[in-house]
Amino acid sequence: MMKKQIVILGGGTGGTMTANRLRRHFDADEAAIHVADRDDWHVYQPGLLFVPFGLAHVDEIVRPRHRQLRTGIVFHENEVESVRIERDEVQLDDGTLLPYDVLVIATGARLQPEETEGLTGPGWNERAFTFYTPGGADQLHRALESFDGGRVVVNLIDMPIKCPVAPLEFAFLADAYFRECGIRNRVELVYATPLDGAFTKPVASKHLAGLLTEKDIELVTEFNAGEVDGVGGKLSSYDGRDLDFDLLVTIPLHGGAAYVERSPGLGDALGFVPTNKSTLQTPARPNVFALGDATDLPTSKAGSVTHFEGEVLTENIVRFLEGKELDSGYDGHANCFIETGFHKALLIDFNYDIEPLPGRFPTPAGPLPLLRESRLNHLGKLMFQWVYWHVLLPGREIPGLGPAMPLAGKKNVPTTTT
Amino acid sequence: MTTLEIAETTVDVDAEGFLTHPDQWNEQIAEEIARESGIPELTDRHWLVVRFMRDRYLATGTAPSIRSLGKESGVPIKELYELFPKGPAKLAAKIGGIPKPRGCI
Repeated sequence: MMKKQIVILGGGTGGTMTANRLRRHFDADEAAIHVADRDDWHVYQPGLLFVPFGLAHVDEIVRPRHRQLRTGIVFHENEVESVRIERDEVQLDDGTLLPYDVLVIATGARLQPEETEGLTGPGWNERAFTFYTPGGADQLHRALESFDGGRVVVNLIDMPIKCPVAPLEFAFLADAYFRECGIRNRVELVYATPLDGAFTKPVASKHLAGLLTEKDIELVTEFNAGEVDGVGGKLSSYDGRDLDFDLLVTIPLHGGAAYVERSPGLGDALGFVPTNKSTLQTPARPNVFALGDATDLPTSKAGSVTHFEGEVLTENIVRFLEGKELDSGYDGHANCFIETGFHKALLIDFNYDIEPLPGRFPTPAGPLPLLRESRLNHLGKLMFQWVYWHVLLPGREIPGLGPAMPLAGKKNVPTTTT
Repeated sequence: MTTLEIAETTVDVDAEGFLTHPDQWNEQIAEEIARESGIPELTDRHWLVVRFMRDRYLATGTAPSIRSLGKESGVPIKELYELFPKGPAKLAAKIGGIPKPRGCI
């Protein structure tokens, strides 16, 4: 075939993995592969959770993006100016034009703290923090080191957010941290969420609400935060409720990358890219695909999702270029460890149709218990960082962890799904 | 699934009173659901939001979230809460005769 141009926007989990897989599949004379990202810092995002508690340092979870890409992949350290889908080309901020046969959108989600009134005003990074950025996580670490008691409010402003379990994990780890410091009796912990329970899915939500109670963390539901007073220490909801805080840990609103809004026909109102839920092709154009946090898909914005999507996506790019029918194999599979403190973690595994259920993973005799605290799950979470850099990003297979969700091992699976 | 008599029309509703068949809806039904939900009268601003929700649902199959509603309907989120005090997206969907919006993961 004629030499193809493949352009991948975003050098994070999805973009890097996809570029490496495609580079292995296509010889240099079959396809040119370009990756563009606005900076050269690849953050292992699951690691951010540990930074505030001094359990990880930012330096340990950040590596150069270009070093994660195989030889023969061209890396552009540029912001994307816009995508012109009608002309099959991308313009970068230095004016470079990248024409493409296939475009992959993998630019993730962008934090928008400025969209919440008062959040980035006085008190930001002094009394109100987020651990969703390396800088924010580091500032919060310093604040926690000198914190000697008071009211801590953990809040997510609104869905969707990256890693929807992370704010819960933060609350659990904060409980453990304050106990280990010996000041838990002087700390009031509050978890405020716009959801009507601890989590989105009913069975897991019940389990997680139970854990909050067990750890003496107050759960405030249907709290749609609209305004923050970072000096007075007050978080207010749109329906007129106030939560006082000495320390606010918030997950800001998320949207898609800024260029999506500058590219007519590509994204929705929040800048996420409408995407076919099983093939990962976009309705914008047949030669535009998307994966990971950048899409509008009704599943978690999480690395595991991106990983499972990536296998289907790579296959479909190959099929598209060969003029074959696409594989509609992505089932919404997500898989997350949930840190619960004291060297334990839960594991949840689910897809579009099946919510997280108890049982064992990946088979009935599998090593990892589902929806139950265990040390092995915690070790699994720690070990995953090595797997991430050395297996997942290079695009190698993880044995026993394919894109389709394993049903064996799960208890009380409904016979019909909604 | 149950049926309910609203404004002299029989409609199918879910356990929380959301219409499951949007085509059974009419403006009288909207006004009655609004009254029962504590909104005595639907103003032009209410109607703007209700129609936006309904049109979007009929066109795309999903109702917009509160954030998209605030960005796209022309009614800021603060005002949405003044118009529909107990959760604008849910209430406007109920009044507009479309299924309850599903919270995403």
